[in-house]
Amino acid sequence: MAHDSFEGPMIRVVDLCTFYGERQILKNANLEVQKGETMVILGGSGTGKSTLLRHIIRLEKPSSGHVYIKNHDICHMPEERFDLLRPKIGMLFQSAALFNSMTIEENVSLPLRELTQLEDSTIRIMTRIKLDLVGLTGFENYMPSQLSGGMKKRAGLARALTMDPEILLFDEPSAGLDPITAAGIDSLIVKLKNAFRMTIVVVTHELPSARIIADRITMMDRGEVIAIGTLGELEKSDHPRVQQFLQRVPEAESEDPHKYLEELTQPPA
Amino acid sequence: MTSVLTYIGRNTLELIRYVSGLIDLSREAGYWAFVAPFKGRPLKWRSSIHQMVLVGVDSIPIVCLIAIFIGLVLALQGAYQLQQFGASFMVTALVGVSVTRELGPLITAIIIAGRSGSAFAAELGTMKVSEELDALDVMGLDRVRYLVVPKYLAMIVMMPCLTILADLSGIVGGAVFEILQLDQNLYTLLIYNRDALHMRDIWTGLVKSIVFGLIITKVGCYEGFSVKGGAEGVGKATTSSVVVSIFLVILADVIFTAIFYYTG
Repeated sequence: MAHDSFEGPMIRVVDLCTFYGERQILKNANLEVQKGETMVILGGSGTGKSTLLRHIIRLEKPSSGHVYIKNHDICHMPEERFDLLRPKIGMLFQSAALFNSMTIEENVSLPLRELTQLEDSTIRIMTRIKLDLVGLTGFENYMPSQLSGGMKKRAGLARALTMDPEILLFDEPSAGLDPITAAGIDSLIVKLKNAFRMTIVVVTHELPSARIIADRITMMDRGEVIAIGTLGELEKSDHPRVQQFLQRVPEAESEDPHKYLEELTQPPA
Repeated sequence: MTSVLTYIGRNTLELIRYVSGLIDLSREAGYWAFVAPFKGRPLKWRSSIHQMVLVGVDSIPIVCLIAIFIGLVLALQGAYQLQQFGASFMVTALVGVSVTRELGPLITAIIIAGRSGSAFAAELGTMKVSEELDALDVMGLDRVRYLVVPKYLAMIVMMPCLTILADLSGIVGGAVFEILQLDQNLYTLLIYNRDALHMRDIWTGLVKSIVFGLIITKVGCYEGFSVKGGAEGVGKATTSSVVVSIFLVILADVIFTAIFYYTG
């Protein structure tokens, strides 16, 4: 859908640090996503991967560091200038984030209705095309509460696609879905990537889905980017946490009984 | 000792943050409601009218009913005192003046705070929890413009309307007692009310009601936006939106009544 001459990394994250109060969520995260590439950000729960994603669309502001979208520093630009970039980025939220008071069609057409001057009939056709793309033809007049989890995600994806973005962000697309539905979402992502050559960033903790969709994988652990590479490169990595994640080894239990006793008896900080 | 100071300090900071949050929200809402429409970014009429129905039309029965009861109670209590001086005929004036100047706007505000203020907080809080607010941001749709301003407009239009209805209902409630017990008829009631009420009584009440409406919207929306955590957070925000807005409404009432008293 996107055809301009921009070359170079679509998304560049440089030395990103973020604090929630005292707690550091991101520690010097660095990342580059090339045009047309599908980057999967992989990591356990609470490793800061969703926070990193939210920085890319400026839902969070970093304590320090930069995020560049097509070489524009989005962390330090005024709201009006970011408004011009925003339609180039679409995002599917973990909970799909459909507006519950609107039908599916109204949800998907909302950006077109509000941000463009298009005719009603044109908007209706464009909305149908997007819904067809995600396999939801015929569900235009349903309310979000009448749809299953997988269908909500598809509808959320259709809404993210409405403005024909160049970059698509996915926050845990398969969270809360059964394996078959999740696989359906994965193949949808692959379809978008092949058909439209979109730049895609997917945050997930599911290795099987990363295997299917990823060109490259960024592995995160405790707020740090610990490895970037193809799945093959990651499998050869000798980083213990990378191996631990790929092999699904549980966290080692504390083996020192004294230390354990101390932890139990100490008053909380 | 230090813990007391820490406690005071932390709470003061929180209060300052809260108040400045309210002010920021009002400024943004004021911009989108009154400045942006002249810069080619029109108001959302459809959702404003929808909100007016929710806030205003749907509250008419309960506001009227409660105002009738208040008028009745006021007449009963007034008669109880005034009879001692043989001044029962003054009850009509008492009810008319206190309802239009004070109780009409106040009762309306308290009902609306409980009914609509809490609904605002719950609605926006749920949207925050389910990432709908983030989705609006991502699409570049301003959340204040789309969600807060329609509620503001609805309140500005509907609070005076409801207050007028409450005034009328209160007077009617009082009249029931006056006709049945004090041997008055519709004609004497009309004369007494006409003599007792000044235009000023009515418009000061209406000015207050608009201010109350703004306070209720502001607090409800701010509480909704600042929800943290899941369903529990929404519950907390809903509760505190009612408590805080009733408190601020009464505070504003004191201030306005004082101003009207000393300038009148």
